[in-house]
Amino acid sequence: MDPDLALLLNGIVSGLLLGGLYAAAAAGLAVSFGMLDIVNIAHPALMVAGAFAVVVISTATGIDPLLAAVLQAPLFWLVGAGLYSFYNRAFERRGDEALHGLAFFFGIMFIIEVLLVMYFGADQRFVEPPYAYVTWRLGDIDFPLRMLVPGAVAMAAIGALALFLKRSFAGRAIAGVAQDPEALRLLGIDPVRIKRLAFGISVALAGVAGGALVVVQPIDPWSGHVFIGRVFAICILGGMASLGGTVIAAFAFGVVENLTATFYGPSWSPAVAFGCLLLVLALRPQGLFGTAP
Amino acid sequence: MDSISRRALGAAVLAGAGLGAPTLAQPSGNPIRIGYSMSLTGGLAGNGRPSVVAHQIWAQDVNSRGGLLGRPVQLVYYDDQSSGAQVPGIYTKLLDVDRVDLVVSGYATAQIAPAMPIVMQRGMCFVSLLGAAVNNDFRYDRYFSINPIGGDMKENFAKGYFEIAARIEPRPRSVAILALDSDFPQRAAESARHHARRLGIRVVYDRSYPPTTVDFSPILRAIQAARPDIIFIASYPPDSNGLLRTAAELRVQSALFGGGLIGPQIASQKAQLGPILNNLVCWDVYAPEPTMQFPGVDSLLTRYREIAAREQTDLLGNYAPPLAYAQMQVLEQAVKRVGRLDQAALAADMHANEFDTVIGTLKFDALGEWVEERSLYVQYQGIRDGNLEQFRRAGTQVILYPERFRSGTFRSPYAPGGG
Repeated sequence: MDPDLALLLNGIVSGLLLGGLYAAAAAGLAVSFGMLDIVNIAHPALMVAGAFAVVVISTATGIDPLLAAVLQAPLFWLVGAGLYSFYNRAFERRGDEALHGLAFFFGIMFIIEVLLVMYFGADQRFVEPPYAYVTWRLGDIDFPLRMLVPGAVAMAAIGALALFLKRSFAGRAIAGVAQDPEALRLLGIDPVRIKRLAFGISVALAGVAGGALVVVQPIDPWSGHVFIGRVFAICILGGMASLGGTVIAAFAFGVVENLTATFYGPSWSPAVAFGCLLLVLALRPQGLFGTAP
Repeated sequence: MDSISRRALGAAVLAGAGLGAPTLAQPSGNPIRIGYSMSLTGGLAGNGRPSVVAHQIWAQDVNSRGGLLGRPVQLVYYDDQSSGAQVPGIYTKLLDVDRVDLVVSGYATAQIAPAMPIVMQRGMCFVSLLGAAVNNDFRYDRYFSINPIGGDMKENFAKGYFEIAARIEPRPRSVAILALDSDFPQRAAESARHHARRLGIRVVYDRSYPPTTVDFSPILRAIQAARPDIIFIASYPPDSNGLLRTAAELRVQSALFGGGLIGPQIASQKAQLGPILNNLVCWDVYAPEPTMQFPGVDSLLTRYREIAAREQTDLLGNYAPPLAYAQMQVLEQAVKRVGRLDQAALAADMHANEFDTVIGTLKFDALGEWVEERSLYVQYQGIRDGNLEQFRRAGTQVILYPERFRSGTFRSPYAPGGG
């Protein structure tokens, strides 16, 4: 294969695989930020907490880290539901959610990081599933399972969520609360209960994303910082409340980053990726798959 | 005051007191307070916390020997959260509110430089830890650096790496240089460019990457496409791990691969990378080789490792702890020679005399850097798995440079994915 073509194809494939990790990290935020309008800046920190929990479970029991991530999701749902209940009582009910809510989630982020460093120390933690050091090769194109398997699990989790949102009554209620909470109340549905359910789901997804993260790379309590800008950008690029849009935006973000790094140098990657975000917002303020107000 | 599990550490330290040197006189009177900021949280904590453990061991040692000037020593340190912005406030508090008697630096360049204006304003003697060429701009005559790179980083840092390259047959004709967008890695890359020019080695790839990089495969593929004979990388721990794992996935092969990667020195990375490290040539400050058996270093590391396992700091402690201990030994020996806490006299003593430390004999030049640079280039050899026990023994981190510490022969190529 022509070396330049191989570089291009590998750039696209590795970008898609990277996009799988970004999608895992951003999907939960698409629910909390996109649908519920809650600026959960602590979402990446919750993902890192999920990754540490996976390290503990996987090390203690020997089960696959991604399976551990799925198994711990209900626990993270409870954490999310509890967080939302507090947020609702302290800020949302009083109409203070904009600035005070943001400060609240900043605080949550710092508390999570400090707790992690207190319990686990500052050193990196990792897991070693047997596939982490295996790379499939198709001609000159590489598919490292370290990236491929977590991406596939993330897609499965996001697919299950999309199905739930589309097919179930509670799922449709979540979509409804994103648009008009008062209309939901007229139907006899408590919007706070639905939002609690949805926010719990978003944190459960952060727990699953943590499993993907720790398979891809070692983690420390501050690993979430790298993702804060990216996950919000992906959410906005995808169209806020659109789960499918978030996934496509994550893939696009990964491919743009990696192609730029391959051909123009890695220093340009963030600039080009975020430049694309600005361009899209200039041309289509509601994002790629959002609907105009 | 911040501390890492003071109760646990204190218990270990007290337990160790009975095993150390015979106790001389009990120190008495007001303690001599030594203040500093240290990164106990944030990105630098991986080396900041082990440094504090080494400082605590030193304090226990000194106090068990009768203290300094007959007074006990007390460490006063605050967490700077790996943020340089916190550092000036911490040193102002240490000097104005806590009224410490002496100050030293926390870990690394980014935390040392912000302390300099405060320290200089108060005329304090300042022994720093692993700061790269910090005093080149300040030119403060009471600054002393515990960093093997010496005064001229551009000349010294990559010299060993390129001397190893120059001995490879056939001689390399091209190099790829990759560095993180951060102060230390950029200075390391500048040194690599300087030596490549000096040896007539063509630079075929020269790029920086941002600290937010998650996937290193496009970078390493672009390097492979440039077909360099050798590859020089300057990176920090999270990136080093990603770069080396990706190199294995992409079957990167090079006659010489490594450089200024900060990360493989740390136990958790050694454990994860295991055989991927084989034949990597990496800058380092200490390796447990027979040529580096300085008095006291083995005992220090044994005691450090007992505490590290409980405190969840770096389990081996080969990187920052020996240097952190030496940092305090320099201060201790100067105070003992001078006999009082006069900052000018302490600085004069540090310029005039040699210091016997757990990392060997040190002497400082006019800018407070080591007169004799001692950047090590070690090559990982014979690594079988992630078991840390093998890294405690000689032979796994063979010293190739400098010649006076050389403990083995160079192996080539680096081919972590099997070539």
